[in-house]
Amino acid sequence: MIDILRHDFVQNAFLAGAIVAVISGFVGYFVVLRGQAFACEALSHIGFAGALGAALVGASSLEGMFVFTLLAAVGMGALGKRLSGRDIEVGMVLSFVLGLGVLFLSIYTENATGAVGVLFGSILSVTINDVQVILGSGVFIIILMAVLYRPVLFASIEPEVAEARGVPVQRLSILFLILLALSVSVAVKVVGVLLVFALLVVPAAAAEHLTHRPWLAITISILISLIATIAGLTFAFIGHWPASFYIVSLTSLFYFIALIVHAVRSPRRYRELPHPSREVLPPAD
Amino acid sequence: MFAIFQYPFIQNAFIAGSIVAIVAAVLGYFLIVRGLSFAGHALSSIGFAGAAGAVLLGVSPIYGLMVFTVTASIAISVLGREVRERDVATGVIMTFALGLGILFLSLYHGYAEQAYSILFGTIVGVSRDDVVFTFVLGLILLVVIAIIGRPLLFSSFDAELAETRGVPVRALGSIFLILIALTISITTQVVGILLVFALLIGPSATAIRLVHQPLQAIFLAIILGLAYTWLGILLGGNSPWPVSFFITALSFGVYLPVRLLSKGIDSKRSAKGFEKLSITDSALASQKDRND
Amino acid sequence: MNSEIQEPIIQLERVDVQLGGRVILHNIGLSIQPGEFVVILGPNGAGKTTFLRLLLGLIQPASGSVRVLGQTPRVGSHLIGYAPQHRVFDSELPLRGRDLVGFGLDGHRWGIGLPSRSRREKIDQALKEVDGLDLADAPFGQLSGGEQQRLLIAQALLTDPRLLILDEPLANLDLAFQQDVVALIDKVCRTRGATILLVAHDINPLLQVTDRVLYMARGHSAIGSPDEVITESNLTKLYGSPVQVVHTLGRYFVVGAEV
Repeated sequence: MIDILRHDFVQNAFLAGAIVAVISGFVGYFVVLRGQAFACEALSHIGFAGALGAALVGASSLEGMFVFTLLAAVGMGALGKRLSGRDIEVGMVLSFVLGLGVLFLSIYTENATGAVGVLFGSILSVTINDVQVILGSGVFIIILMAVLYRPVLFASIEPEVAEARGVPVQRLSILFLILLALSVSVAVKVVGVLLVFALLVVPAAAAEHLTHRPWLAITISILISLIATIAGLTFAFIGHWPASFYIVSLTSLFYFIALIVHAVRSPRRYRELPHPSREVLPPAD
Repeated sequence: MFAIFQYPFIQNAFIAGSIVAIVAAVLGYFLIVRGLSFAGHALSSIGFAGAAGAVLLGVSPIYGLMVFTVTASIAISVLGREVRERDVATGVIMTFALGLGILFLSLYHGYAEQAYSILFGTIVGVSRDDVVFTFVLGLILLVVIAIIGRPLLFSSFDAELAETRGVPVRALGSIFLILIALTISITTQVVGILLVFALLIGPSATAIRLVHQPLQAIFLAIILGLAYTWLGILLGGNSPWPVSFFITALSFGVYLPVRLLSKGIDSKRSAKGFEKLSITDSALASQKDRND
Repeated sequence: MNSEIQEPIIQLERVDVQLGGRVILHNIGLSIQPGEFVVILGPNGAGKTTFLRLLLGLIQPASGSVRVLGQTPRVGSHLIGYAPQHRVFDSELPLRGRDLVGFGLDGHRWGIGLPSRSRREKIDQALKEVDGLDLADAPFGQLSGGEQQRLLIAQALLTDPRLLILDEPLANLDLAFQQDVVALIDKVCRTRGATILLVAHDINPLLQVTDRVLYMARGHSAIGSPDEVITESNLTKLYGSPVQVVHTLGRYFVVGAEV
């Protein structure tokens, strides 16, 4: 096992995986809090066309993803609330974008491997160059997210009050979508377009079932995605199955455990709180 | 341009595509009216695992698709839950199913090619046997929906009223989901799992914006679905570009202007004070009420 | 009260507000003194929420002058506490009562905000004022409507505001909870000397604590004590159609108007 770590591509995979796991765990907390799981999936589908379109102009798939998802993020931010509850409209756009990806693929090459790599991740082909780009984006995302932390939290829960207190709610929501677009782009490198949900939504959703403290939830979310990614990669190198399968299975497992824990302990816990200003009447004789 | 019809595989594609276009348009109409377009997406993702498993076992992907999607639709009915996009649990199951699918395919030899064809469809790979199978299944689906169509529509608009009139609302809902599962299974042959939306939802979503009477809308949806499929095969057969791209592009290209123009009609109507919403909107609204 | 010599908290002169080309408020003029408890009444669409948004600086008047706390309103003032119309919170909302209340203190600031003792004390103090200390660590989404309302008032109090703007804090509350919330707001008004501006659908639960009523309908308004404002001639003029007012058993009933 330790021998494997000598290989460059193994080191790159672990490095990239770990960085992406931390970003996803952190950003994912806000994705779930803001109810934007679907936006996350939409961005990743759009990234698919970007990744394959990049090959046409000779750019790297990561660059193509960045361009397409960033444009989509700005568009989605501009449409804002008008997007919610529009399954059909969004679904139509997504299937068109995927079709576009198929077109790019067929123009560029008849080889299906590239498409499958983008769809299901190709972490073993991550180069040291990719690791640098992922690290750079990661540092940028985490720093900006930390700066935006309190206003984003405030605006996610109480947009009206936040606006009255001077928080630029609309601009903040576009900025957050841009950060999400960057996170999706790097996460695709590890788990692929179709499984981005597994890193960007599932760990955070599990964490939010386990605790109501924001920082604890973020920590748990990061831990779950880190453990799943590292363990998933390790299993993939020992066994023969794809890393993305292990990662998805592990985060799903964490999610359902969290769901059970939540169901077992929460319904009874706070319902019995007495109302403080209501006097407890002594039993009548 | 029409010379491609000499080839048997184009003939097969053409026949199978036509059957699928009709069935998907009809079932898609009910899917939209019931506000379940997301369920179509969820079921097809789950179907991927089935298709990949079937490839691994050496049988046609369509059998795996049928087993997985029908099982999933029964599970959804038994749990009695609505499949909604906001529901993270649904998303987790979908993602896990995709992961499982990729595992099955990785164990199989022609990994990438198979994954590609399941995800994006390979209509030119449809055999004569597939055509017969699609025809029989499509016919059954159409007959069943013709029988249950009216009460299904009734219960979609007003479930409570339908129930008091003796319509078995829940049972109909379950049967309908199974029909959707089977429709997705045959539609996948043409456009693949990821693009099912283009044939299942696209034609009906456009038709509903143009006409309000159910039978007319279904009829228009069939014409649109057939047009997309025929043009897609014709264009795909005469160019190096894939058929599924043309079908999605046509579906989207027609939907977009209709959607944008009909928005103006809707707002004009509501400004006059009419309460009559288009079918989609009222169905979605009632669905939401039920959810709250 | 020596309100004559103090500067009014809110002063509006001939204010018109237009939104999307439509006149929402027309020729509004009023002045509200420090420490007053003012209830805003009126049918749906009368411009009540628009009026509040005007005071908060979220929208600008088309003409006329608006002075709040001696200056033109602008967003971000810590001297105004605001709790908007009752919102439905997801029962699975993964935050504690304490986190929600804390937004009132520093939710608008950049950066992550390190926990500190003084921050904690301030939040505890506000929670105590609304009898909400035992709700601090409970999941916010699972609290009852009245409990949520009390915490949202605590949130609005955290910056020590001189003006508290509450948009329908009594909506969706049953009678017992309404009494609790009214008593709480009244206490805040008296002990802090804060001015209260409260939108309500029904004046009756608030009659004991109300100083003046601002009645709005069709973009017009009338202000004065409940007895002065809620009269048939006044409301008939405001609504532009005949309205009857029944004043009985110490309660007001407005008949013939869509309230």
